[in-house]
Amino acid sequence: MGRRAWRARPLLVRLGFLGPFFVPFLLFFVVPIVYALYESTLKVVRTGGVFGTTSTQFAGFQQYAAVLGDTSFTSGILRVIVFALIQVPLMTVIAVLLALLIAAIPRRAGNVYRALFFLPYAVPGVIASIMWSTLYQPQTSPLNEIGINLPLLGALVLPSIANIGIWGWAGFNMILMSTALTSIPEELFEAARIDGASNLRIAMSIKLPLIRPTVIMSAIFSVIGTLQLFTEPTILRAASSVITSTFTPNMLAYNNAVSGNYSYAAAVSVTLAAATFVMSFAVLSIARRAGRS
Amino acid sequence: MTTVPQSEVAPSLRVHRRTKIRGSAGDRAALIFRFAVLTAWAAYFILPLYWLLLAATKSAGTLSSSPAFAIASPQLFTNLGSLFGYENGLFFRWALNSVLYSVCGAAVGTLIAAMAGYYLAMYRFRGREALFSIVLGGVLVPSTALALPLFLLFSQVHLTNTFWGVFLASIVNPFGFYLARLSAEAAVPYELLEAARVDGAGDFRVFFSIASRLMIPGIITIFLTQFVGIWNNFLLPVVMLQNQNLYPITLGLYAWNSQQYAGQTPLQTIVITGSLVSVVPLIIAFIFLQRFWRSGLGTGGIKA
Repeated sequence: MGRRAWRARPLLVRLGFLGPFFVPFLLFFVVPIVYALYESTLKVVRTGGVFGTTSTQFAGFQQYAAVLGDTSFTSGILRVIVFALIQVPLMTVIAVLLALLIAAIPRRAGNVYRALFFLPYAVPGVIASIMWSTLYQPQTSPLNEIGINLPLLGALVLPSIANIGIWGWAGFNMILMSTALTSIPEELFEAARIDGASNLRIAMSIKLPLIRPTVIMSAIFSVIGTLQLFTEPTILRAASSVITSTFTPNMLAYNNAVSGNYSYAAAVSVTLAAATFVMSFAVLSIARRAGRS
Repeated sequence: MTTVPQSEVAPSLRVHRRTKIRGSAGDRAALIFRFAVLTAWAAYFILPLYWLLLAATKSAGTLSSSPAFAIASPQLFTNLGSLFGYENGLFFRWALNSVLYSVCGAAVGTLIAAMAGYYLAMYRFRGREALFSIVLGGVLVPSTALALPLFLLFSQVHLTNTFWGVFLASIVNPFGFYLARLSAEAAVPYELLEAARVDGAGDFRVFFSIASRLMIPGIITIFLTQFVGIWNNFLLPVVMLQNQNLYPITLGLYAWNSQQYAGQTPLQTIVITGSLVSVVPLIIAFIFLQRFWRSGLGTGGIKA
């Protein structure tokens, strides 16, 4: 970048600028992660029967072995992976499609649509879930009024949750793509147009490859978000009988934390974080490979 | 950094588009098709909110008996009365808590992120890139993954079930720090600061009276993203808080919603009206502050 930067300042100045951010960053970001790692290697041992005393012992990887052997964890993680496979591609395609369409209409009208699509992002996940769960209820669903009866809170509950996520986040991701699109210099496709390329052709072979980094980034953030699934199923649980208290890994971890199984909750959290890391890495390498061919 | 500001590019683009669009009949048909598709999607995004607005005016009976998208014996003020009157005005207290958590958390979080991001952008010191990389790694850690570890840690120091438990856990914003650095690099010219320095202004003086003002668009975007993040947060308050007097709106409405399904049906109208009340301020803020969203999220989107 070739930017000149000021020389380092006295320690007091440096601490004054950096301390207010990095001390809380250390205390409320780094330390909790380290603490969760530590906590996950412990176990509580009870001596002297039910009324005896408890003590905490080092347990190595015992909690992790228990987590991986726990069917509610493995089925939860499979569920969120299936959920991610439904939601992420669908939402990414919708966001790209909307951004491309907006780029191809007059600017003013485009801004209006952009604002409309972005609006659901202002709605908290809890509120969106309460709203959609009422819309999914047979008694209050507009679909039932026109004679469509779907088990939206039964067999179709995963697509129903995916819909809440897409509704809330597609507009946000569309804004990311949209900004990337406006940063492409007009001359690039002006030349293609003179050569007789159709709008569709320009969108597919010029615009799309150029915004690929943004598309990949948005997909990775979506994968991270979907694996952490917690809010929507927790709210829908009140209205749906198929959602259990351990429906997703985060719900399992929460349940263990509130019932005092801290070490187990920590192990679930760490395992989920590791799985999330692996999945986002997988998305990145799939995207890279697809780019090369 | 020699990017041309958007506003300077826009007029020429507009001319291009106009000429392009007023083309053949085929072009016009294509344009109509695009508008049709976009309008259908707009309906998908907006109709649920329109439904919420209508539903908040209905009584428990008409909610299930009237068509979903029809106005039926509206009684919004009755519903608002029962919402704010329920359990001695508990909803008002939750709204106040939400405002406190979000405004204070985002204000403090934005200030510290702006100072650190600015310092990293403008000064050279050992470990600068290492610090930046560590925080950038933090951007990839979702807040939900941090909520449980924070709870485990805070329960050791008796911070759970307090205002501070939620507040302290909300102030660190790695994405804000990242935006602050970008914003300082783009908006604060080195020469200006050099001049201020020659005039004898100290480092903090230069930041607070000159640099921070130049960074205002970036700072507003950081504040907004963090404000929305805290306002919408659910897992953190749900693990931290048991005392319902400390609940933010999201957690409170969740609790009432669960009670409603557990048999307390009169709560349904209260929950729906409360949902409407809690999204209205955010939607208004979004509409008025749109340009900050577009530009701010854009920088994050392109550079990351």
